[in-house]
Amino acid sequence: MDLTLKIWRQDNRKAKGRFEIYTLKNISPDSSFLEMLDVLNEQLVSGGQEPVVFDHDCREGICGTCSLYINGRAHGPDDDITTCQLHMRKFRDGDTIVIEPWRAGGFPVIKDLMVDRTAFDQILQAGGFISVNTGSARDGNGILIPKHKADEAMDAAACIGCGACVATCKNSSAMLFVAGKVSHLALLPQGRPEAVRRAKAMVAKMDELGFGACTNTGACEVECPKGVSIEHIARLNREFLLANLKS
Amino acid sequence: MKLNAKIPSGPLTEKWSLYKSAQNLVNPANKRKFDIIVVGTGLAGASAAASLGELGFKVKNFCYQDSPRRAHSIAAQGGINAAKNYQNDGDSIYRLFYDTIKGGDYRAREANVYRLAEVSNQIIDQCVGQGVPFARDYGGYLDNRSFGGALVSRTFYARGQTGQQLLLGAYGALNRQIAAGNIKLYNRTEMMDIILVDGIARGIVTRNLETGELESHFGHAVVLATGGYGNVYFLSTNAMGSNASAIWKAYKKGAAFANPAFVQIHPTCIPVHGASQSKLTLMSESLRNDGRIWVPKEKEDAEKIRTGKLKPTDLPEEKRDYYLERRYPAFGNLVPRDVASRAAKERCDAGYGVGSGQAVYLDFKDALNRLGKNVIEERYGNLFQMYEKIVDENPYQTPMMIYPAIHYTMGGLWVDYELMTTIPGLFSIGEANFSDHGANRLGASALMQGLADGYFVLPFTIQNYLAGQLSVARMDPAKQPEFGQAIESVREWNDKLMGIKGTRTVDSIHKELGLAMWDHVGMGRNRAGLEEGIEKIRKVRELFWSEVRIPGTANAMNIELEKANRVADFLELGELIAKDALHREESCGGHFREEHAMSDGEAKRDDEHFKYVGAWEYKGPGQEPELTREPLDYEFIQVKTRNYKE
Ligand SMILES: Cc1cc2nc3c(=O)[nH]c(=O)nc-3n(C[C@H](O)[C@H](O)[C@H](O)COP(=O)(O)OP(=O)(O)OC[C@H]3O[C@@H](n4cnc5c(N)ncnc54)[C@H](O)[C@@H]3O)c2cc1C
Ligand code: FES
Repeated sequence: MDLTLKIWRQDNRKAKGRFEIYTLKNISPDSSFLEMLDVLNEQLVSGGQEPVVFDHDCREGICGTCSLYINGRAHGPDDDITTCQLHMRKFRDGDTIVIEPWRAGGFPVIKDLMVDRTAFDQILQAGGFISVNTGSARDGNGILIPKHKADEAMDAAACIGCGACVATCKNSSAMLFVAGKVSHLALLPQGRPEAVRRAKAMVAKMDELGFGACTNTGACEVECPKGVSIEHIARLNREFLLANLKS
Repeated sequence: MKLNAKIPSGPLTEKWSLYKSAQNLVNPANKRKFDIIVVGTGLAGASAAASLGELGFKVKNFCYQDSPRRAHSIAAQGGINAAKNYQNDGDSIYRLFYDTIKGGDYRAREANVYRLAEVSNQIIDQCVGQGVPFARDYGGYLDNRSFGGALVSRTFYARGQTGQQLLLGAYGALNRQIAAGNIKLYNRTEMMDIILVDGIARGIVTRNLETGELESHFGHAVVLATGGYGNVYFLSTNAMGSNASAIWKAYKKGAAFANPAFVQIHPTCIPVHGASQSKLTLMSESLRNDGRIWVPKEKEDAEKIRTGKLKPTDLPEEKRDYYLERRYPAFGNLVPRDVASRAAKERCDAGYGVGSGQAVYLDFKDALNRLGKNVIEERYGNLFQMYEKIVDENPYQTPMMIYPAIHYTMGGLWVDYELMTTIPGLFSIGEANFSDHGANRLGASALMQGLADGYFVLPFTIQNYLAGQLSVARMDPAKQPEFGQAIESVREWNDKLMGIKGTRTVDSIHKELGLAMWDHVGMGRNRAGLEEGIEKIRKVRELFWSEVRIPGTANAMNIELEKANRVADFLELGELIAKDALHREESCGGHFREEHAMSDGEAKRDDEHFKYVGAWEYKGPGQEPELTREPLDYEFIQVKTRNYKE
């Protein structure tokens, strides 16, 4: 298939960005979206031009590195997938495709389509863990966890930290990301002792780093490639309420 | 070179406890005085860094991704082994040890593997403690599944995302230590070289991938946890950025490289779709618990399926050849990976392949009938979804197509029992070292090894080394000439690459290398092919150094330069892999030499001449590397021919 690409180019954090137009011919519908961009970059580099920079690594939807805003949707026009899992068969011959980076105050653009998501790491450093030193844990079956609890915790823990939720939210809120972690750990007996402190610390960090407030639009859930549900935000709110009551 | 594996004396079952009671430790007040560099934030690196931080050491931790959580361990799907025997099916530490040695085709060290099996149970406990949501049964107890090469059910899992959940656990522990100030994290930072002072590892040179800035860092010890080198083959199940550069730079500074030819080809990957293919996707081995592998019995049927004249679902049962069940009745679809991969290649080469001809079926029809769609969805839902997104076919309705692909590298930096390389002060853990899997790794054992190394082995053994380093003060890179010189030589190397200004892209050359490797140093190897392969690799290397084109500058972000640096190292390592394969005149594990096969096509090992670890030493540019053999003495188990038939 033949395509026209309208891609955001920006030289560095401080530079002003702009859209550039590229054309591509003979792209196989079976290739992935990122393979299509590889073809573009091969062309650019062969012509002595700098390639379009975008983040990617595993290319199988699990590392959370890839992060493109395609035709106005985080991770493009297919559901429940990351950018790297998107295939060209979802487009038509002759299409124009607009490709932008995540746009959010908490995620500054580094270059072209690559953004800085270290704010997510900082939020987790504020308390997104269980404090257990190596070697001090008891037998794994010493803690019984009902299947439905374990499953629910797993649903919340499936987050890959890609940031699509933030990029999609009109308030650039990181609430779904925070709620996923808070919920995952709060659902497990091992995570209860720190549950309240954890929720408070992570939300405070999120606010400090310039992410917006959650107004329950639910857009995040729709674009989450891993289907993390906004029910976890409700759980977070409960933990948070508890935290405020206690302090 | 002299290799001393430093295996403790005493009975096998007591070696590790005897070692721990006799080793030197560093007292709590002194731990703060030590800087430790850990390169890598995968399961091995993150668990080691976090555990060292908890002990009070000052750790600097590096990764090339934007976040430690994105290390390639995140992609592991199926599970992690441990000898808990929760299923009461006869498992034990000894059995896990035995299966791992046997699965590795008797090319791993007994003492290391026993220790691995011994600490495996603690790993599960630790991960549960961190909140890893392993699958549970209705009673709330931990659930298990089976993996290849074992007759017991000892694999713990978190849906099809076990690596992700284990890594998030380790990443949580890492975050806790970062917040506590014990670990400083350097993300988007690539290690470019290792710095030796008087022959001892004292630091690394790094490049900031965002700014291009070169820096040096001091450490009393350096730990490489940088993963495997499967991307030498261009197409593999590894992440795009997975590379060999850190361990290759260490090799060129004097660290021995062991068994480079031991590369694992995984039987169940999604077949190649076309020329723009950038990587291959694994379909977890756990699928072989319920999926049955087959090709048509008749060539005509295979031909009809390939040309779309016949649907696989329409081929009657008696016209299908479940070749693994036929050839290996005892293990059936759960034979080890090397055996399953070769069997698939054999059928496809003989003309029975489906799809493009380079594919076989993995069929869930029976399991769906037996267990129902819900159970299958619960077990493998995310894998089925992944398959459908890539191939555009629904595996609940039509069998999956799979083909073997490069997946894991058993070879790596040679390390002794303490996980130290032949360079004093330089350690290597996880997939980057060669230690525990011999010539073939069993499924669900890499996660176990990475976490064993990082949580429970290295944090102890490194202290035995550091205890002797108390008098070494922290070095100031600005004042120590070796550090400045190391930065300068990296700068010159980068300038040289930038200066070639040829006509070819890095990827196009990498693909040529990959093809030469796959064709000549792949699943079936022979002398003439390997010799031809070495010639080809050399030619591709020359092409690279005269024709590669890297736009931009070295002093800013430059993704082409990043790739070029990695490919430059692959081009050298590829030749060493081929040389190692050429010298090893036997078939064992993932290394199959066509000249050394039994009459029924099974691998023919040669214990009389090759029961050793082959460790290669760098001798300088243009010089032949030198091989040193570390004999493998099996004191405790009897070495046998692997048999998965009965
Ligand atoms: C698709 C897939 C599925 C798998 N499934 C399973 C499974 O179910 N069970 C199992 O046991 N095993 C499985 N494996 C194998 C297992 O995942 C890996 O062997 C293991 O995770 C490797 O961990 P590691 O910590 O050694 O390295 P990695 O996780 O690869 O981490 C390497 C780290 O080193 C860093 N790094 C690398 N080079 C540099 C450099 N030059 N400079 C700075 N940093 C660098 C990276 O940033 C990264 O942080 C699977 C592998 C794959 C590819
Ligand atoms: S590249 Fe890993 S999720 Fe897309």
